[in-house]
Amino acid sequence: MPEFKSNPFRPELATIQDIIQETSNILTFRVVLNDEQKMREFSFQPGQAGQLSVFGVGESTFVINSPPPRKDYLQFSVMRTGEVTQRLHQLNIGDQIGVRAPLGNGFPVDELKGHDILFIAGGIGMAPLRTLLLYMLDNRQDYGDIMVIYGARSPEDLCYTYEFDEWRSGGVRLVLTVDREFPGWKERVGFVPTVLTEEAPSSYNCKAITCGPPIMIKFVLIGLKRLDFEDHQIITTLEKRMKCGIGICGRCNIGTKYVCVDGPVFSYEELRRMVPEI
Amino acid sequence: MSEKIFIAQGELTAMLERLSKEMDVWVPVEMGDEKWGVRFLPYHRDNVVVLDRQSTISPKNVVFPQVETLLHFRYQKDDNDPSKQRIDLEDRQDVSSVLVFGARPCDVRGFLTFDQVFLNGRYKDPYYEQRRKKTLFATLLCDTEDSACFCSSVGSSPGDKEGSDLWMVSVDDGYVIEALNERGRKLIPLMGKQAAPEQIEKAQRIQEQVNSKRVGEGDLTQSAKDFTGRFTDMDYWRDMISKCISCGICTFVCPTCYCFNITDESRDLEGERLRSWDSCMFYHYTLEASGHNPRPEKFERYRNRVGHKFSYFPDKYNGMISCCGCGRCIRSCPVSIDIRRIVYQLKEAVDARV
Repeated sequence: MPEFKSNPFRPELATIQDIIQETSNILTFRVVLNDEQKMREFSFQPGQAGQLSVFGVGESTFVINSPPPRKDYLQFSVMRTGEVTQRLHQLNIGDQIGVRAPLGNGFPVDELKGHDILFIAGGIGMAPLRTLLLYMLDNRQDYGDIMVIYGARSPEDLCYTYEFDEWRSGGVRLVLTVDREFPGWKERVGFVPTVLTEEAPSSYNCKAITCGPPIMIKFVLIGLKRLDFEDHQIITTLEKRMKCGIGICGRCNIGTKYVCVDGPVFSYEELRRMVPEI
Repeated sequence: MSEKIFIAQGELTAMLERLSKEMDVWVPVEMGDEKWGVRFLPYHRDNVVVLDRQSTISPKNVVFPQVETLLHFRYQKDDNDPSKQRIDLEDRQDVSSVLVFGARPCDVRGFLTFDQVFLNGRYKDPYYEQRRKKTLFATLLCDTEDSACFCSSVGSSPGDKEGSDLWMVSVDDGYVIEALNERGRKLIPLMGKQAAPEQIEKAQRIQEQVNSKRVGEGDLTQSAKDFTGRFTDMDYWRDMISKCISCGICTFVCPTCYCFNITDESRDLEGERLRSWDSCMFYHYTLEASGHNPRPEKFERYRNRVGHKFSYFPDKYNGMISCCGCGRCIRSCPVSIDIRRIVYQLKEAVDARV
């Protein structure tokens, strides 16, 4: 029998080109598709995800966090949590993995044009926001003031620290915070929602984009509402346990919506219309 | 007028022998094993074909196997770099023509709902598509309803021909069979002799009787709004589902349940990526690596099942209900949870509140 003409379950083989140690439990993988033409032609929207395969262990979903115009590699930040991520963390440069990407919808980059942008991220939640941030820095003239509130448990748990200067020189106001005092830490101390309230950015012509642990998002939403952000001004990107990643297997639904194909990016306005089962 | 043939009960085996030379024929059989009851298996002359009652498990495994291989993978030494491995991937699927003989209208309706998900979404499932295209259904007009049946409540009926290729009506001591389309017509010559006019007439009468018959009370097809209205009523769901033991049999036997898991199995340097039936009734189904679970309680999982079948699915697919009224979930449930009651009372509860 011939192989399928097109098979959305079949990953592309890819080679790990580089591995960056972000924190004690987060590695960033830069991978290149083995098929040169497919790598050249690969395109996606910031916020779209991919499934990474370690054959023999399984597949898991991660956001593609390299910005679309920079096409030398695809980047995924992976926190060691379950079986697949455990094994991914054992891989080396030159090792082979599988990639199914892009999946899902991505951020509404055009709709965001002309607005001030407020990013609010906690922990690994910076990964999807970073893609969009770099995309905006590549298209700086399309967007207004950009502010980033980024928090982690400790200074060692912040990712992408080596890029902070690049962000700042692109005109980003970067507010960093950690959960408690640490020796030598000169930035903010406190949970992300508290820092948001202290900073009190104006909601006027602003879009807020947030990602982080569910409990952080919950209080960030409360904080944003206090700052008069309307539902349509708030965008978040969700995570769910996924298998097929293509809207079939039935696992990642919230009511009628499948996070894998209808998301992972949803506005708060959309979320409010969905059944409360996040 | 399409040709109608008659096959006597005693000639059934010979007919199935003839057909199984042309294609794989799946039939409902009883293995003398109480655990399984009647289920669909590839025809074998030693097996007893059971056509006088609904199968315990629907024939969904014919098109959607309980376990199937999606990919083969093999790690090999990289010839260009002795310190590295490369991976060979294969996604072949061998599919032969299949006739499902002796399905019921509710069984076939299950596949019509599957088609929406596997073929009409943003992505097509090629494994399902290939099997579906090569599978024919010789369906039996259903004259064996029991207290768990409710096909008329979900917009079907015991005489519903939709989705079938051949149609069989039990007459005298045999079956009048007609083709419903070209695919079915090709098999007619293998099946039997021209039916006598009085046999055709009898079959016609039975069909008419069945067409005007209702199996199941009320209408469950308009429940989407009632469901959303009751979504946050925890007391309602907890009360309805308190008996549930989360065993998952309702999803296992269901012709419209298709949720699946994907896992890798490997030995040494090679292995397979498998797809297998899963169940939204299980705690682990939605459990995330972080420990977060969007549906941690059994009432939340059952609520999702009811919502999926009677609210989410029709919202997505032009009002189509993802329930065929076969009653298997009711019949198989060890604690006798009745989905009909839950959906009806959903409405009553909403009405009572207004």
